[in-house]
Amino acid sequence: MKKIKYSEITPEKIYLKRREFVKKLGFSTGSLIIGQNMIGDAFAANDNLQEKITERRYVTTYNNYYEFGTRKSDPVEKSQNFKTSPWNIAINGEVEKNITLTVDEIKSSFPIEERIYRLRCVEGWSMVIPWMGFSLKKLLEKASPNGKAKFVEFTTVFDPEQMPGQRYPILKWPYKEGLRIDEAMHPLTTIVTGLYGKELPNQNGAPLRLIVPWKYGFKSSKAIVNIKLVEKMPTSSWMQASPKEYGFYSNVNPRVDHPRWSQASERVIGSGILSERIPTTMFNGYGDQVANLYSGMDLKKNF
Amino acid sequence: MWPLTAISLDIYYNELGAEPVKKIMNHFGEWTLIFICLTLSMSPLKRFTKLSIWIKLRRMLGLFVFFYASIHLLAYIGLDYRFDWQPILNDVLKKKYIFIGFSAWLLLIPLSITSSQKMMKILKNKWKILHKLIYVIAVFGSLHYIWLSKTIFFKPLIYSIIIVVLLALRIKIKNKDINYG
Ligand code: HEM
Repeated sequence: MKKIKYSEITPEKIYLKRREFVKKLGFSTGSLIIGQNMIGDAFAANDNLQEKITERRYVTTYNNYYEFGTRKSDPVEKSQNFKTSPWNIAINGEVEKNITLTVDEIKSSFPIEERIYRLRCVEGWSMVIPWMGFSLKKLLEKASPNGKAKFVEFTTVFDPEQMPGQRYPILKWPYKEGLRIDEAMHPLTTIVTGLYGKELPNQNGAPLRLIVPWKYGFKSSKAIVNIKLVEKMPTSSWMQASPKEYGFYSNVNPRVDHPRWSQASERVIGSGILSERIPTTMFNGYGDQVANLYSGMDLKKNF
Repeated sequence: MWPLTAISLDIYYNELGAEPVKKIMNHFGEWTLIFICLTLSMSPLKRFTKLSIWIKLRRMLGLFVFFYASIHLLAYIGLDYRFDWQPILNDVLKKKYIFIGFSAWLLLIPLSITSSQKMMKILKNKWKILHKLIYVIAVFGSLHYIWLSKTIFFKPLIYSIIIVVLLALRIKIKNKDINYG
């Protein structure tokens, strides 16, 4: 398996790569931060389709966030009093120095940019979302991962007082997710602190969440309190709940069906009752940037 | 007819939210299950109240099960998949929740065809045996709901409990018959 070590990616290369995808999004570098009123006309492009950005009302009311309940409307209805401040995030494990940062420290440490990505849910629907954030890589580098850091484990806050869903054994709480270190260091892997040019709403994972645009949505942890670098592949909450259905990688892949849902096509949120499903693309359309992470791997086995 | 009216109003006023197709599908799926529960309540109700009106209602309720199940199926085939048979066939054969839902719908066909008084008279005892299929359909329906849920969800559990209770009532009644018989 050919892996790009993250140490081999120089900042310059990342910069060029980023320019490349910024260009793909159809923005000049000068207008990365765009106001909400412009967004209606903006488009996100990937390999073979031009798609409209999903309306804000859908992005903020149609959520899977089982900490607040299993209905799509639960997160928006039950998260409004969720306290996101003060909030600390610990980065520890296989690192040179354990660090704990407040959300404000994190937000002020890195330039926040607008990143418009497709989001593909494992249930067979998709959105195009203008997030605000920066590459996770920058945050990880603050703690200097050591040579044993092969994987990264993300832990969501555990607070059943405030999160009614956590009072039931829907999943093993706290929610855990993981990435391989090279996936975590990929420039597309984003720490998100905002949405639609504004603060990140509670129902979308405030104060700080992850976005991994080429993987199914559940890989992108919300309300993160701990980022731990580890040597062994972590077991995510979904892998624990149903290992046959949810693999560690969970890359968007139209050729590998989920036992419940075909993954060949998807419904576009907000496209209305009369519009058709669209075909799902490999790596959610980000194949040109991430396929090399998996060269030589059998993605049917490593689903 | 209420379920049909409600969803039509929602469609008209564009109140279906982010996934209108899914909402329509789920709406009729849930009403199918509700009507299955109602149909199964009729003979216990007759036992408890000793009124025969319930049995008269039963046929109509049963036909509603088939009616809503068919709209549910049609929404899936027509709205969701646009009569694109390849993925539909794939789903029916490979996804166990679709397979069992489809089986339930198939089993509803003979029950609907033989629902009339006339058929009842022609088939006599066989009619009773044939219409016990509704128990199988009820179990398939609740399995369908459980299997399409990603983890332990509240609603499918509630429906399953209701169906198990309704079926259990019958076992008790039978035992009583045997005891007295
Ligand atoms: C007696 C027959 C059936 C019953 C009682 C039934 C019941 C249900 C119920 C209760 C739901 C979920 C509603 C919700 O989540 O709110 C559902 C969803 C669904 N049913 Fe059925 N159903 C039946 C037959 C079928 C058939 C024949 C098909 C297709 C071949 C089918 C396909 C589906 C699909 C695709 C969904 C949506 C699944 C999802 O959420 O992804 N069902 N059904």
